[in-house]
Amino acid sequence: MSQPPVTETPDEIFAREEEPVDGLHKEEAPPRARGSVLGWMRANLFSSIPNTLVTIACAALLAVAVPPLIQWALVEAVWSAADPAQCRAAEGACWALIEQKHRFILFGLYPFDQHWRPLLAVALFVVAVAVSCHPGFWRPWLAVLWVCTLGICALLMWGGVLGLTFVETERWGGLPLTLILAAVGIVCAFPISIVLALGRRSEMPAVHALSVGFIELIRGVPLISVLFMASVMVPLFLPEGVTVNKLLRALIGIVLFTAAYLAEAVRGGLQSIPRGQFEAADALGLSYWQKTVLIILPQALKIAIPPIVNQFISMFKDTSLVIIIGLFDLLTTAKTALTDPPWRPFYVESYLFAGLIYWAFSFFMSRYSLFLERRLEAGAKRA
Amino acid sequence: MSEGSRPETAPAITLEHVHKWYGSFHVLNDISLTVRRGERVVICGPSGSGKSTLIRCVNGLERHEKGRLIVNATELTPDVRSVERVRRDVGMVFQSFNLFPHLTVLENLVLAPVWVKKMPKAEAQRIALEYLGRVHIPEQANKYPGQLSGGQQQRVAIARALCMQPQIMLFDEPTSALDPEMIKEVLDVMVELAEGGMTMIVVTHEMGFARTVANTMVFMDGGTIVEMAPPETFFTAPSSERTRKFLSQILAH
Repeated sequence: MSQPPVTETPDEIFAREEEPVDGLHKEEAPPRARGSVLGWMRANLFSSIPNTLVTIACAALLAVAVPPLIQWALVEAVWSAADPAQCRAAEGACWALIEQKHRFILFGLYPFDQHWRPLLAVALFVVAVAVSCHPGFWRPWLAVLWVCTLGICALLMWGGVLGLTFVETERWGGLPLTLILAAVGIVCAFPISIVLALGRRSEMPAVHALSVGFIELIRGVPLISVLFMASVMVPLFLPEGVTVNKLLRALIGIVLFTAAYLAEAVRGGLQSIPRGQFEAADALGLSYWQKTVLIILPQALKIAIPPIVNQFISMFKDTSLVIIIGLFDLLTTAKTALTDPPWRPFYVESYLFAGLIYWAFSFFMSRYSLFLERRLEAGAKRA
Repeated sequence: MSEGSRPETAPAITLEHVHKWYGSFHVLNDISLTVRRGERVVICGPSGSGKSTLIRCVNGLERHEKGRLIVNATELTPDVRSVERVRRDVGMVFQSFNLFPHLTVLENLVLAPVWVKKMPKAEAQRIALEYLGRVHIPEQANKYPGQLSGGQQQRVAIARALCMQPQIMLFDEPTSALDPEMIKEVLDVMVELAEGGMTMIVVTHEMGFARTVANTMVFMDGGTIVEMAPPETFFTAPSSERTRKFLSQILAH
């Protein structure tokens, strides 16, 4: 995932050449930390009395918590059972629930015999993300790849052509729905947020007022109410007979909400760019948009990576709020799977399963942002 | 324009009764100044005297609020196009270099010619390398600004401005942020530029440089031009008491 770049950038080569070569003075190696485990423990776990106490307390806590957890989750767990009675008889976790219900949790109400379609769509999407993450693939054809991937995904999900049965968006659910909400949300909200952030810093009063008004209005209300408005209020204003797809309404709500928050993260980045950068660009005769796109945004967005990714992660999990307008996202399907009475007692397992999927995606975003920060750091600044 | 502008030395920059305020602070108070083509004007004065504001008005980084300011036959007006026109002919070098840290030296140099002048990239690179040679650091083209010393960065900044092939160069205290041992390398480049016939306005306290290069010395204080004279008179027989005092302070060490 976060492999260091394989290729050596020219500046690294230069930097090496510049290292002082001094024939008379023999370089002394820096003192190495002792390699032994005991030495490390003494230095890090028992360096002082408070440190020792904290170490002992942590060890005690782990000793109390971990063995029962392993006992429950692994040793005494029921991994496979067609009959929930087997689970009820056992002491441990009922992973059999996942075995029985994972297809519903992952794909919701999507026609059971067509589950290969959302599965393939998710797989394609994950592969496309993985490819895009590698800096070596940051080439123009990546855009083509994405257009193709999303096209194929849409085709798979909707169907209606090439012998695939048509599946309306009302029946989409589970992981594909969560990923659609998050991906479309991120992709659409990000450019809007940049425009909003620039607008908020604009010297044109109308643009400034509009941006501030939008950001403050959206930030001032909870996401649930934005979704609710998008779902319930919007159709009221539309003429009779015109309907907007429920999924689309949810997406609009999520995009607007995320854009408002992201805009503030981007603005933070913009504000940290020294005035001299703007002046130098002005003095060279660059236009406003040239200055913004070529000079300011590359620097500002780099600085804003942590809050931006923070917002992405937060928004990814917030998609679970679409339950309010009746969409079956991953968390909702995990919950709905439990409406089957014999399986009802095993809600912990179901939520853990959904939680693990959320965590995997969020953790990936977090690590990737760290990698990106480090890479951009290595590229530019050596001040 | 009272100084009898001969036809072959048409004015490059003309300021007529220019005023500017920061709030209620009168930062430029009735400034009139003419810079002829090829002329080198050095402006000095205590901090807060308005000298930086003056040259920043010349390329529209600051807007004058009263009076007329004409650069290369274009009058600076609130119209954005007049500012764009002027900036095409005027290069500027800042005290804090203001190189773009996310771009390599070469990219810094090529950026404006490619995007503003729509020059083909290969030609822009050729010109950039030529100017890097002229500021004596051709070998640094592929480094990032953060990897260079202050003096090297400032020379890159000069080359970056020159790549737009300006007719006028403005220097806003170009050596004030430099360590002493790096001042000379930057001043040497500026002297060479002056010898090439560039029209220059330089705000600096480097009086040795001023004596070598300037055609006209300007001393500013409190937002006004207190004294304007050729260097030989300026340094030996300044007419104003304030100039004499400033010079004695600055030349004392």
